[in-house]
Amino acid sequence: MAQDVRCLKAQLEEKEKEIVGLKKKLAQLEKNHTSVLELYDKVTPLTPLKAKAALSNEDIMRYSRQLILPELGVQGQLNLSKTSVLIVGCGGLGCPLAQYLAAAGIGRLGLLDYDEVELSNLHRQVLHGEENQDQAKALSAANAVKRLNSTVECIPYHLKLSSENALQLIQQYDIVADCSDNVPTRYLVNDSCVLGGKPLVSASALRMEGQLTVYNYRGGPCYRCLYPVPPPPETVTNCSDGGVLGVVPGIMGCFQALEVLKIASGQGSSCGQQLVMFDAQDAKFRTIKLRPKQAGCAVCGENPSVTQLVDYEAFCGSAATDKCRRLNLLSGHQRITVQDYKSIVDNAEPHLLLDVRPLVEVDICHLPFSLNIPLSSLEDRKSEHLQLLQERISQLKQQMEGDCRPPVYVICKLGNDSQKAVQVVEKMSGSAVDRITVKDISGGLMAWAKRIDSTFPQY
Amino acid sequence: MAAPIAIHLEFGGGAELLFDGVKEHHVTLPSQSQPWDVKQLLVWIQRNLLKERPELFVQGDSVRPGILVLINDADWELMGELDYQLQDQDNVVFISTLHGG
Repeated sequence: MAQDVRCLKAQLEEKEKEIVGLKKKLAQLEKNHTSVLELYDKVTPLTPLKAKAALSNEDIMRYSRQLILPELGVQGQLNLSKTSVLIVGCGGLGCPLAQYLAAAGIGRLGLLDYDEVELSNLHRQVLHGEENQDQAKALSAANAVKRLNSTVECIPYHLKLSSENALQLIQQYDIVADCSDNVPTRYLVNDSCVLGGKPLVSASALRMEGQLTVYNYRGGPCYRCLYPVPPPPETVTNCSDGGVLGVVPGIMGCFQALEVLKIASGQGSSCGQQLVMFDAQDAKFRTIKLRPKQAGCAVCGENPSVTQLVDYEAFCGSAATDKCRRLNLLSGHQRITVQDYKSIVDNAEPHLLLDVRPLVEVDICHLPFSLNIPLSSLEDRKSEHLQLLQERISQLKQQMEGDCRPPVYVICKLGNDSQKAVQVVEKMSGSAVDRITVKDISGGLMAWAKRIDSTFPQY
Repeated sequence: MAAPIAIHLEFGGGAELLFDGVKEHHVTLPSQSQPWDVKQLLVWIQRNLLKERPELFVQGDSVRPGILVLINDADWELMGELDYQLQDQDNVVFISTLHGG
């Protein structure tokens, strides 16, 4: 009898364990099922983020290594779980930022980007993989973040932030991180944060340098306090023109994550009236004390003139994108197409092809028989380069006999610098060099690669 | 007469590209009747250091929008901007704002 009871009890215990196991399995499956992410193409109201009463055993284990830091502790961790952060731009800064915020247990992440993943993004935008090419960056980032921490609520926005939607969106989040790549968006995000009363953790990176400041935070200055007037568009360099070493935005994005976590957990940021500058070449960080909030600031000052969002592309004189501008400096008869140039080559017409890109880009790829003189050397009228140009022109003249204006075709990557070079070289024609006919090849080498020679590298 | 002063100039964020890519310059400003201020320094830089297009560095008598000036590791706004009187061994940084991400 007693043995039967023991036996039954043991069996029951076994079955109960099985039930617990099955329940766990079911929960896991259900969680995975609901984690199929929906891509938002417009701003919609979100349900408020609920504060957790306490950490679960799983939370305690997952976050144990940061929980035991007195700077964070249980209360800090609970604070993170009830904080929502909007990340504007899922690129070189946004990827590491989203990754560390999710890993640390932030409550909700809004991931905004209007772009799709391209091969040339992968060296720095480390949440996206090869298989995500052509996918919306916001979705690719959200899926990567979900794999890392399924308890973080992710909202991917595949849309362009604009004066129409920015305020409504930003008001739904506690902290905003500017990870964008262009000037109009930086002013738009700043003004929205001032009008919506949100702290703005802002970083930027280019080439081998990075910068970081927290704006509109605890009475400190906003972006406009520092930069009341936008820079002239021709002075702004983007990543596709200037280049960027992937790890540099990586470091700056991690720095943003640090400041967001300090604000979200309740420790507070120390970058409110400070500019952190990072020089990757010299491995140097430097912190600069900034001016306080400016009484005369157009948006956060005492008598603001900006009381609602404006047209930021008009204000900055440039588009809200990091895509290269298309200059139109020349008239139609001063330009030829890549198809025109192809037939000049095919017909073996005597000419000089002048490649005006910097040497570092010529090393990547160039057309055979081209003469490389960088635009900057032409602009500076560097004598050894002018001599070289003149030599090649006189050789050409000898070949052509009779024709007194040998043709010079100028090429660059996209057809912007080549137009500037045509203007410079035209001024030299008949003075610094013999009289020539100079034209630019519209669309440059990238048009050549797309339309004429598909084996030519694109970069 | 104010004695010549030695100052340390730095260019960053891409502003160094206007100075042949050289980030750090140790320069001596010659003796003159008035003490040197930042406004005069900008003129001196244009005449003596600037290699390329000045409009990418100055606008009117100040720096162009998008360049932040730091004097001894502080925003120049805290120091009097163009009117700040330079001292021997001062460190002046011109940093172009970055926008990439």
